[in-house]
Amino acid sequence: MSPAPSPSKGNWTPGDDQIAVQRAPEPGGAGGAYRAFGETLRGLKTTFARVVEGVNTIQYPEEKVAVYPRFRGRHKLHRFEESGLEKCVGCSLCAAACPADCIRVVAAENTPEMRVSAGERYAAVYEINLSRCIFCGYCEVACPFDAITMGHDYELSDYNRSDLIFTKEMLLAEPLEATPLRAQGE
Amino acid sequence: MSLAIVDYSEYWWIQIIKAIVIFALGLQLVPLVLLFERKLLGRFQGRYGPNRVGLYGLIQPLADIVKLLGKEQSRPNTSVGALYILAPTISIVTAVATFAIIPFGDAPHIFGTRVGLYGVDLSIGPLYIFALSAIAFYGLMLGGWASGSKYSFLGAMRAAAQLISYEVSQGLALVGVLITAGTLSLTGIVEGQGSIWYIVPQFAGFLIFLVAAFAETNRAPFDLVEADAELVGGYNTEYGGGRFASYYFAEYLNVLVVSGVAVTIFLGGWLIPFWSHQPAWVDPFVVLAKMSIFVIFFVWIRATLPRLRYDQLMSFGWKVLLPLATLNTLVTAIIVVAVHK
Repeated sequence: MSPAPSPSKGNWTPGDDQIAVQRAPEPGGAGGAYRAFGETLRGLKTTFARVVEGVNTIQYPEEKVAVYPRFRGRHKLHRFEESGLEKCVGCSLCAAACPADCIRVVAAENTPEMRVSAGERYAAVYEINLSRCIFCGYCEVACPFDAITMGHDYELSDYNRSDLIFTKEMLLAEPLEATPLRAQGE
Repeated sequence: MSLAIVDYSEYWWIQIIKAIVIFALGLQLVPLVLLFERKLLGRFQGRYGPNRVGLYGLIQPLADIVKLLGKEQSRPNTSVGALYILAPTISIVTAVATFAIIPFGDAPHIFGTRVGLYGVDLSIGPLYIFALSAIAFYGLMLGGWASGSKYSFLGAMRAAAQLISYEVSQGLALVGVLITAGTLSLTGIVEGQGSIWYIVPQFAGFLIFLVAAFAETNRAPFDLVEADAELVGGYNTEYGGGRFASYYFAEYLNVLVVSGVAVTIFLGGWLIPFWSHQPAWVDPFVVLAKMSIFVIFFVWIRATLPRLRYDQLMSFGWKVLLPLATLNTLVTAIIVVAVHK
């Protein structure tokens, strides 16, 4: 396209300013019928390619989608591997950080006879109400001892609201069924 | 030109047995087609389709039927009782009656008696089909009207307009074949295809018939009668339970009937190319195999094309299909006369 001449010269025609427009062919007529038929065949080819391509369904209860390593699922409490003592010292920082207010911690003193955690105190009661939890992961960030982390479990439905209040024993236990994890670069 | 004459008479008990067998065959084929369609449609959309009930979902249709029959037979206050109940019956009766004349083979000797592998070999085959499909439309029309609901009524009106428009083209598309074959008997038409199937000389007629068949069976892309998105369910909106199942049954049986007619008239029925003396028991399987090609095509089209707009449907039927069908008939007639002179 040539640049439009300045209007001052007086020889400007509107046609010169028109940028090339690509228009669809006129509908109807023999050409229209031919195109409609051709497009139908093209559509049939497209759908048939889906049959050849195969099925994308993941058969959920049997197959599961692998989660990413940083997936924030159901919480886990941890122990020290060598001594077996709980990492949680009952400081309640997680409960303070929780925006949904779903964590309840009651701390108790460790005694020489019954030593539960590595610190001075331990969590006598540690409950997470998973029907309120929003899985934000702030508890994990707040914890000074990495005692609580977000796990990978996401199958958390239950018949009862009260069954969704997870106690310390449930959070410490290994999950019944390991959630598949995505490998590096997958 | 002589109309086909039934050159043998069957005993009355053979007729009764054949009637039962045809009805039973229809009843067996419909669930198969239903499952087949849902499975195949799933594949076209990158999923498995029903696969939970039984092995590979094989008894899914049975589960559907049990579910439908277990439902309450409700009826709107505004409905017209007798017609509301009668309408699904009309649909199902006409569908089965049309199924009766599709020839599944020649007339072999079974236990010393000559038995035609069809309900009856009428000397007016295609006329019978069109007569019954015209009555079948009363099933949809009365069902939609007697429901006393606006959606049903709109669906019924569309059904009326659509079926009338496309039946004309469908009929005219067949006239070319009838002129070439010189007979109206369906077995006669099949036997006339010994040298070449009519799909080759009558390809235009075949395409017109196929398009009209989609409209006649209310299948996508011409399923405006049902048009779930705008009309909820069209004529069968107010139906539930067994009556809805009847409509459903009739719809799929109509797909089978249209496939059977297309196979008989255009694809040489039970004939296999280059093998003229196959044993008689092969014939029905040949017909069923050819019919399944059409069923696959019906599903394929349903998976591909979006529903037409109502005015597009009408103008396509009257402005494109009907002139083409007329032209096809005329050209065929001229050629036949010129060759026979």
